[in-house]
Amino acid sequence: MTATTIGAPRRSRRGRGMGLERRPGLLAYLLILAIFLGGAYPLWWSFIIGSSDKSALSSTWPPLLPGGQFWTNVAEVIDTVPFWLALGNSIIVSTVISVSVITFSTLAGYAFAKLRFRGREGLLVFVIATLAVPTQLGIIPLFMLMKQFGWTGTLGAVIVPTLVTAFGVFFMRQYLVDVIPDELIEAARVDGASMISTFWHVGVPAARPAMAILGLFTFMTAWTDYLWPLLVVPQNPTLQVALSQLQSAKYVDYSVVLAGAVLATLPLLILFVIAGKQLISGIMQGAVKG
Amino acid sequence: MTSTLTPSAEPRPAASPTPPAQPDTGRSEFRRKLSRFDVKYSPYFYVAPFFILFGLVGLFPLVYTFVVSLNDWNLLTGPGDWVGFENFATELASPLFWNSLFNTFSIFLLSAVPQLVAAVVIAAVLDQNLRAKTFWRLSVILPYIVTPVAVTLIFSNVFGEQYGLVNNILTTLGLDPVMWKTETFPSHVAIATMVNWRWTGYNALILLAAMQAVPRDVHESAALDGAGAVRRFFAITIPSIRPTLVFVIITATIGGLQIFTEPKLFNAASSVPGGPQRQYQTTVLYLWDLAFNRQEFGRASAVAWMLFVIIVAFGLLNFWFSRRIASSEARVSKRRTRRRLEGYRAVPGAVPGSGAALPEPTDPADRLDPDPTAAPYDEEPRA
Repeated sequence: MTATTIGAPRRSRRGRGMGLERRPGLLAYLLILAIFLGGAYPLWWSFIIGSSDKSALSSTWPPLLPGGQFWTNVAEVIDTVPFWLALGNSIIVSTVISVSVITFSTLAGYAFAKLRFRGREGLLVFVIATLAVPTQLGIIPLFMLMKQFGWTGTLGAVIVPTLVTAFGVFFMRQYLVDVIPDELIEAARVDGASMISTFWHVGVPAARPAMAILGLFTFMTAWTDYLWPLLVVPQNPTLQVALSQLQSAKYVDYSVVLAGAVLATLPLLILFVIAGKQLISGIMQGAVKG
Repeated sequence: MTSTLTPSAEPRPAASPTPPAQPDTGRSEFRRKLSRFDVKYSPYFYVAPFFILFGLVGLFPLVYTFVVSLNDWNLLTGPGDWVGFENFATELASPLFWNSLFNTFSIFLLSAVPQLVAAVVIAAVLDQNLRAKTFWRLSVILPYIVTPVAVTLIFSNVFGEQYGLVNNILTTLGLDPVMWKTETFPSHVAIATMVNWRWTGYNALILLAAMQAVPRDVHESAALDGAGAVRRFFAITIPSIRPTLVFVIITATIGGLQIFTEPKLFNAASSVPGGPQRQYQTTVLYLWDLAFNRQEFGRASAVAWMLFVIIVAFGLLNFWFSRRIASSEARVSKRRTRRRLEGYRAVPGAVPGSGAALPEPTDPADRLDPDPTAAPYDEEPRA
């Protein structure tokens, strides 16, 4: 900080206008490097412990390099909890929720952004107001309902409560309101296209980038959810529930627990490598729009 | 479900291409009606699935929670006697409820405040013209992809009392180990650390987006007028990202007051969720314990409703507070502009905008006056 402050007045006297495009000083890089290490080190440390035997944890100074036990520990994870079942369940749950949220959010977001109908403003205000409603607090009646329907233990019980989100509708509305010119919709209508075919041929193609981002975040939210799956499918677990069961075993082997944590992080780490840029632009877009 | 199928099925006939200007009046009359129906009612079919589903799985359970809270409701015996507000009274008199509220707010403050400060600083650094900027942006959100369960498993070991990473380092440095899972305050710090670790980078990116929405030439002209980086940061950047800051604070509040996973899994050895002496039992965890371990649905619902009211109240308070700050600042800035304009009129020949002719401000508060540059940003810069 100080380095740039001292540099500023001198710079403005010398090269006017060019000032702000200059590269920042070493201090900025050191700071951001520290943040990076603080973010990455706990993960690296988990991998080290997860790939060693129990003795690594009790050594006074943490080891710097991974041991050779990772796959042994992973095998133990798969033995202790129904790992493959849980992975499959998580993939099904997250995919169904994402598809549903994308579909209904795009439909409703398009209507709010581009169609005129009586009550539009009021309904939109309702959507915005519900953004701040903590629906998680409705778990008690929701649980009673699931029990009554006999859905507990099935994936349907995990999926149904998150089929739609107010955030999704608002996000799509904010994106579509600028991105589709009204003339395009009018032109399609003049050509005799019905409302739904206008939506399909004008709305959906324009919405595609936002749909991808919404899908990415919905998938992640569904994937990381813990409270509700723990409640309704403890015996038919999602990945997060299975992972937490590693720790509640009577005899806790921390290298196995951490191997499990690393293993469960791998799918999202792969996603991060592939779609990291989209993740960044999604977070940044949600900010400006939200 | 049927309503979702209707919009795609209903307007089909209109979609098929037909030779225009048919003299057949009967059919075109029907088509016109159909088209009018299509235009008028289609939007409702598009928004209906959201409202129906959200009503069923989002709002109805919340409202019904209130009904349950007015009954002596047990999981085993089913709907019990109507007891009015007795459950609320019981909870308001219960030390465990207040303990959970204290823990929730303590953890929330320990996570929200440092997190926001750090996020603003990180965003400011990322807003510089860094080399390899995508790499740095990716690196700050790396923790975000680790799920809360995995985060808790990792940090539960990092903060282990016997062989944890932190205590190992403390012992090596000759310091006393901290009882992270036994003592109240250290356990709150540990749990807040998990939240901060996962969310700081995420919030930094949101704030970065807001900072980048500030036009560069505003910074440029302020720099030309001799404003240093720190002063530009406080006089231009902070005021113009305020709406986003409020957004981040409100989201952090809604999430922070409902924290569950981290305290639930922090200490697997404890049979009581939230620590043997409930040192870090948050309100949602207390609600969970009441409802699903002790089958007290009525009382748990009362807790849920009170937490709901607290969260909504906090959201409104934040909103109102930020509005007040914004409007009072606008007033101050307007007053200053007026004063300054009068100053210009008093000094003949002084041209507004040429920095040299400006009378040197004597009031130190005036020095930090963001006026000429920041005034347009009193309106929200967002879309």
